[in-house]
Amino acid sequence: MKPFRSHTGMVVPLDRANVDTDQIIPKQFLKRIERTGFGEFLFYDWRFQADGKPSESFVLNEPRYRGASILVTGKNFGCGSSREHAPWALADYGFRAIIAPSFADIFANNCMKNGLLPVTLPEPQVSAILERARSSERYELTVDLDGRSVSDKAGLSAPFVIDDFQRRCLMEGLDDIGLTLLHESEITAYEQRRLQMSV
Amino acid sequence: MSRTLFEKLWDAHVVTQSEAQPTLLYIDLHLVHEVTSPQAFEGLRVAERRVRRPHHTVATVDHNVPTTDRNLPIADPVGAKQIDTLRQNCRDFGIQLFDIDSADQGIVHVIGPELGLTQPGMTIVCGDSHTSTHGAFGTLAFGIGTSEVEHVLATQCLPQNKPRMMLVEVNGSLAEGVTAKDLALGIIGQIGTAGGTGYAIEYAGEAVRALSIEGRMTLCNMSIEAGARAGMIAPDEKTFAYLQGRRFAPKGEAWNKAVAYWQTLRSDSDAEFDLTVRLDASALEPHVTWGTSPGMVVPVTGCVPDPAASKNEADRLASSRALEYMALTPRTRIQDIQIDRVFIGSCTNARLEDLRAAARVVKGYRIGNAVRAMVVPGSQAVKRAAEAEGLDRIFRESGFEWREAGCSMCLGMNADTLEPSERCASTSNRNFEGRQGRGGRTHLVSPMMAAAAAITGHFIDVREWKFK
Repeated sequence: MKPFRSHTGMVVPLDRANVDTDQIIPKQFLKRIERTGFGEFLFYDWRFQADGKPSESFVLNEPRYRGASILVTGKNFGCGSSREHAPWALADYGFRAIIAPSFADIFANNCMKNGLLPVTLPEPQVSAILERARSSERYELTVDLDGRSVSDKAGLSAPFVIDDFQRRCLMEGLDDIGLTLLHESEITAYEQRRLQMSV
Repeated sequence: MSRTLFEKLWDAHVVTQSEAQPTLLYIDLHLVHEVTSPQAFEGLRVAERRVRRPHHTVATVDHNVPTTDRNLPIADPVGAKQIDTLRQNCRDFGIQLFDIDSADQGIVHVIGPELGLTQPGMTIVCGDSHTSTHGAFGTLAFGIGTSEVEHVLATQCLPQNKPRMMLVEVNGSLAEGVTAKDLALGIIGQIGTAGGTGYAIEYAGEAVRALSIEGRMTLCNMSIEAGARAGMIAPDEKTFAYLQGRRFAPKGEAWNKAVAYWQTLRSDSDAEFDLTVRLDASALEPHVTWGTSPGMVVPVTGCVPDPAASKNEADRLASSRALEYMALTPRTRIQDIQIDRVFIGSCTNARLEDLRAAARVVKGYRIGNAVRAMVVPGSQAVKRAAEAEGLDRIFRESGFEWREAGCSMCLGMNADTLEPSERCASTSNRNFEGRQGRGGRTHLVSPMMAAAAAITGHFIDVREWKFK
């Protein structure tokens, strides 16, 4: 996994609540058997009209937000289906961090496994960031996982909370399957205990 | 010390725990399907890892399989390749697969319980958010992403942080025509689609006890629509009666021993929850969603809400947007909404009891002239059982299509989709934009409500239905 320590990048505002994973990556793209290449299908039904032409009014298609790597959005982002294709699509498109007032559990978890950082901030701060991303050209934020804070050049500095273990995994790009396999003897011991109980 | 059902399940599966790390939980049953597994198996190959416990892993094909004639080859080459990939992976890693031509094929959350694979006291995971369904048996069951699928394949364990615990207590009794689906929608309407985020829910109370096992599965299934990864119900005599004699259920002395253990799986009377929500089942009506999120729901006697009456600006925007997508006007009576399509199916409502309830409504009637309606049984076993009772004839004679088992139009990964602007009464679980097909408009309802809408061409209060 690509480690995440600190990232500075342009912010795109997607001011919608309850964006579900069906929107992030519609089902017709779930038949692929690879992990890569989902970025071009990100928010497909919002980014493209039925005839395949880009929907100009959709925020990701506005030229001023081209190259954005931080998505700021509404509450309960990533609700619905557990499809990891959603974070794959966001990461493949070029996002490194998502800022929202809240995230759906499975989605947030899936993000962490893919070096994509979900940052939960209080609603007023998210609203302030949404507003700045709309009103200033090429608005940038720094998401500092090491220091657990989000900041901009205009004085915004917002601390955020993240689970210590997940933070370490992200910062070091750890293979968490490898970490679990370090407990091989405990897993085997557990299996033997269970086997004896059921005899 | 007194413990909740959740705590008992959790404690029994702790492999190791320490301060600085999430708890390592042992997983008893891992269900696998074609859509969220190929990348996980590929990951194993790249890292040269094996499947630790192939016998704790069971696979089927459900998400993208066609529901038309199974003797024909799959027309969609990309979908066919995904199914072939699962076959190859199951062969390579020694996993039992209930393939498309198997008599046991079906939606993963329907066949698990049906085969007796799902048993009280287990931890169960699957790369699918509706894994919460299995909680109906007193299991800790939750959906995971593909990286976690790989993790469980390789280690039979998952590192997990303990969620908080919510008790949803439903007293009173459901009226005739009001079902587990309406209860689920009513709960989501009350706590919201993120109300359960970070929680494991236990459903209890006399109305929950009174539900059949199939109804309990419907209720637990939709926990994720309230934001909760897991929902569960303490097992009881109904649970044991359902499981006894099923293929993978314990037999003989092992059965007696298992039941003795299963009987301990209930929250102690003084166990504490982080949050308790109470509902009165007697006050519940049949429910219909009007928007693009399961929380946008009202009783069938109600109207489409007016965004102007929203609590705050964010809700107003979300409602307006949903109404625009759904092409609905504020204050329209729910029963005045005309529908084009009806879908009876999905892991929420495609078990035998659901089909019986829908067939009872349909019997002796013809579907509306402008309506296209289909029934997709949850599994091949459900299909056979329904046919043995003649339910297929009732549906066919009234104009329904009778299909093969799969997820079908719940998510429209196969050819079963809505056309743009088509409006559907659906027994599935998600009314998201485009979920059943781009531009399609989904209203979530119970099987009886969907059946009645198919006949009349608009929503109707099924409590007033004239059964023939």
